[in-house]
Amino acid sequence: MLAPRLALGALAALVALVVSGCAANEIGREVLPGSLIGTLDGAGSSAQSAAQEVWIATIQNANGGLTINYEPSGSGAGREAFLAGGVDFAGSDSALSSDELDGDFGSCVEGTTGIDLPLYISPLAIIFNVSGVDRLQLDAETTARIFRGDITRWNDAAIEALNPDARLPAATITAVHRSDTSGTTKNFTDYLAQAAPDAWGAEAADSWPFGGESAQGNSGVVNAVTNGLNTIGYADASRAGDLGIAALKVGDEFVDFTPEAAAAVVAVSPLEEGRAEGDLALDIDRTTTEPGTYPLVLVSYVIACQQYRDPEIAALVRGYLEFVASDEGQAVSAEFAGSAPISDDLAARVLAAIASIR
Amino acid sequence: MTSTTGRTRMQANSYTSGRLPRWFAPALFAASMVAGLSVIALLTAAGVLPEFPIVLAVLVGVVLFDVLITVIASAAEGRRAATDRLVTSLVITAFVIALLPLISLLYTVVVNGAARFDLTFFTHSMRSVIGEGGGALHAIVGTLQITALATIISVPVGLFAAIYLVEYGRGPLKRAITFFVDVMTGIPSIVAGLFAYALFALFFGEGVRMGFAGSVALAVLMIPVVVRSSEEMLKLVPDELREASYALGVPKWRTVAKVVLPTAGAGIVTGITLAIARVIGETAPLLIIAGFTSSMNYNPFSERMQSLPVFVYTQYANPGSQVEFYLDRAWAGALTLILIVMALNLIARLITRYFTPRTRR
Amino acid sequence: MTGATTPTVSDAASGRSSIQARLGDVIFRRLALGAGVTILVALAAVAIFLVAQSLPALIADPADLRGEPESFWHYVAPLAFGTVWAAAIALVIAIPIAIGIALFISHYAPRRLAQPLGYIIDLLAAVPSVVYGLWGITVLAPAAVPFYQWLTENMGWFPLFAPPASGTGRTVLTVAVVLAVMVLPIITALCREVFVQTPVLHEEAAYALGATRWEMIRITVFPYARSGIVSASMLGLGRALGETMAVAMVLSPSAIISLAILTPENPSTIAANIALNFPESAGLQVNALIATGLILFIITLVVNSIARAVVHRHERSLESR
Repeated sequence: MLAPRLALGALAALVALVVSGCAANEIGREVLPGSLIGTLDGAGSSAQSAAQEVWIATIQNANGGLTINYEPSGSGAGREAFLAGGVDFAGSDSALSSDELDGDFGSCVEGTTGIDLPLYISPLAIIFNVSGVDRLQLDAETTARIFRGDITRWNDAAIEALNPDARLPAATITAVHRSDTSGTTKNFTDYLAQAAPDAWGAEAADSWPFGGESAQGNSGVVNAVTNGLNTIGYADASRAGDLGIAALKVGDEFVDFTPEAAAAVVAVSPLEEGRAEGDLALDIDRTTTEPGTYPLVLVSYVIACQQYRDPEIAALVRGYLEFVASDEGQAVSAEFAGSAPISDDLAARVLAAIASIR
Repeated sequence: MTSTTGRTRMQANSYTSGRLPRWFAPALFAASMVAGLSVIALLTAAGVLPEFPIVLAVLVGVVLFDVLITVIASAAEGRRAATDRLVTSLVITAFVIALLPLISLLYTVVVNGAARFDLTFFTHSMRSVIGEGGGALHAIVGTLQITALATIISVPVGLFAAIYLVEYGRGPLKRAITFFVDVMTGIPSIVAGLFAYALFALFFGEGVRMGFAGSVALAVLMIPVVVRSSEEMLKLVPDELREASYALGVPKWRTVAKVVLPTAGAGIVTGITLAIARVIGETAPLLIIAGFTSSMNYNPFSERMQSLPVFVYTQYANPGSQVEFYLDRAWAGALTLILIVMALNLIARLITRYFTPRTRR
Repeated sequence: MTGATTPTVSDAASGRSSIQARLGDVIFRRLALGAGVTILVALAAVAIFLVAQSLPALIADPADLRGEPESFWHYVAPLAFGTVWAAAIALVIAIPIAIGIALFISHYAPRRLAQPLGYIIDLLAAVPSVVYGLWGITVLAPAAVPFYQWLTENMGWFPLFAPPASGTGRTVLTVAVVLAVMVLPIITALCREVFVQTPVLHEEAAYALGATRWEMIRITVFPYARSGIVSASMLGLGRALGETMAVAMVLSPSAIISLAILTPENPSTIAANIALNFPESAGLQVNALIATGLILFIITLVVNSIARAVVHRHERSLESR
């Protein structure tokens, strides 16, 4: 009867520990005069989640009296909660739709709406795991045909033409897409729909329009590509790990993925037309032939009110988002969440919009 | 039990002849296992199989044993004994098959979870943690509180409902409750979360998040398991016990409380532990209604509360660029969760050992 | 009070205690009844919530739904099929094994061994579904790929094993195995408790008639435990039908109805579909997802009624024999 007694002892110790006090890292928070004090709640995009975590951690360390919660419940759920007034800001992989802009915003002063602030740019990667292939070059049309299921063998003429030096096996292609609806899928299909409309034959959508193999979330796709046979998939570039990343054909050259190249395509993209002042929804130009741009990016927004009902909340949101848009904020998310920092030009416009939040 | 087999047994009836020796079955089992392993090893060496699949080897060995023991027993001992041998070997096969995923699962969790199963993990929250470090104290506290409240809600309701069904209920109401408890087992967990959210949003407004609401969602999932298992256990208490108690003039409620419940105690506690195990690992409803936070929260009646399954899931699903730190925390969280349920199981068993009358087995 | 009207002290005492007893009985019965009614009320509340939230999706223009199906029913049909299909395969795998294990623990293993063994199986119930999901995609699915390919190449004529084989192992069969492992401890634990309760006198009587161990189990344990086995399977079925996270993580779903269990495109389950699409859904799409939850509710109701009816008829035919 030693085992039960041991377990009981361990449990008693655990319970004592749990009941006795605070977490060691939450004791002795310093509240400096003039720092932000209060609680902010946000919810939304899980793509942003890692970035939000490091932003929150950094700003909380500087402001002992500040607590920010961010629930990675998904863009749709985040926008719903924001519209209903359940959270103070939302993270979303797509900008507010015109229907949503026409409706009421629970936390905002009546007659004002939410604004979209592009604060998180994440390059997407086409990842592959094919025995004997280290480097893969693809163009939009071939990518579209692979993921549609029109090209089924790795040694297909179309792939061989793009990769004259690679030794492609005569194996079946297993193309893995996301089984959940996601901003990642929307941006990936948007790239294919813009850059290879005929081969793809479908519009941008957050749920996959065709059949084929699928897995849940970035983690699931990376896992399936890593553990499967002769697989290819798409995921957040920061998650690619040891997997090969395909170079994309832009103009006449093949561009390898880099955060700078991803930020470059956002920098050359125009704002969406017909939006309110301060609403910075972007219209990503995936067909650009500008050298050194990598068109496969995900832009995720933070949605906040133009004017909050509670001025104290407005001050906290302003303080938080100013930090997020700052060089330091973008640098920490680049380092710890693998995002691409927004360009100086875009940062200036975002900061101006943040300053207008009341 | 036909007369022919009876006669064959009669003719061969002896303690020494017509029976396989006691050591035979275990020896055959070992031999089959060795045979299975070597066949697969040979195939692997010959290049037919890419790598040595231990699971396949064990399966081949077990099936070989099933076939051999049946054939040998039917030749040596007759049909009835052979059937008995076959069933015995099948029962053992079932056990071995069930152990395979269990060992694989526990091995995976322990090996991966050990990396971060340290003091920091149990003394730190995730507040202001970037990349490495951090702990799950906030999630452990949340899970214990939310599950304890869910148990406090569902055990009295479930147990009394079971008592009603077995001891008092009759007619359409009893049938309705029996039927709808079955239906209740099919509520998807995420729907329970949405339901709890809608319920609490009525009273506390949109965007409500609290640990207690999570307990209500879990209770919706837990109650049918408690009712169904308790009901079965109460049904098995022999009527003779009840009648003996009534004959002594003991009122019905005392009979139920002092005779029926203690007799069924071990089974009921098993059922309740199962029900707790069923809900303590729920992710989806808690993410919706109990929310997500990196900070400590000791009050289940206000604000967001983290729980271990949500912690594990988000660490797995949304890691930063240093993926291994997040995955290590996820596995350590899973290991913690399993250990908590193990501990609950043990405590429940100790309680029943002290409070139930000695049983035969 | 009553004591004043009765002549002797001992009668007074028994009178008081009988009133107490009656009061206790009334309170106790009311409590039990109250608990039963509470469950009905809770379930009614869930049902009202489901119907109220589903209606907008049921009457909406199907073009507004995700994937623009012809109608809501076209959207939900593959999901409903997948839910029942995966749960059915899981139970076909799990029930015989669970009964085997329960028998092993209750009637075969030595007593000293039986309790720890039961405890080990109970451990499976303690594993959270996220971990089952992780195990399914990191261990089980990759290990199953070569096996699936062999099956589709050599037994592809059999509808269940129709090619093409999945390249990642995320098929209905993998999901069913994961579900089977998940429901195994539930069914095993309940069956074990029921088997143990078989009256020893019955068992000894069977042995005295010369029965082998299996014959004893067949003629005493099984008839005694039938209702318990059914209830245990029902609980397992409920869990398999409603399991969310593990299925979402392991399955590679498509909106199709197919009997093939080894292909990359599999029918999804309702619960997993809700989990996969809920985070990114808003407005009417959320209503549509809750409406599928209502369908799952109805499926559970129908499946349970059928099972109960079958058991009932079986029991009656046993009695009339």
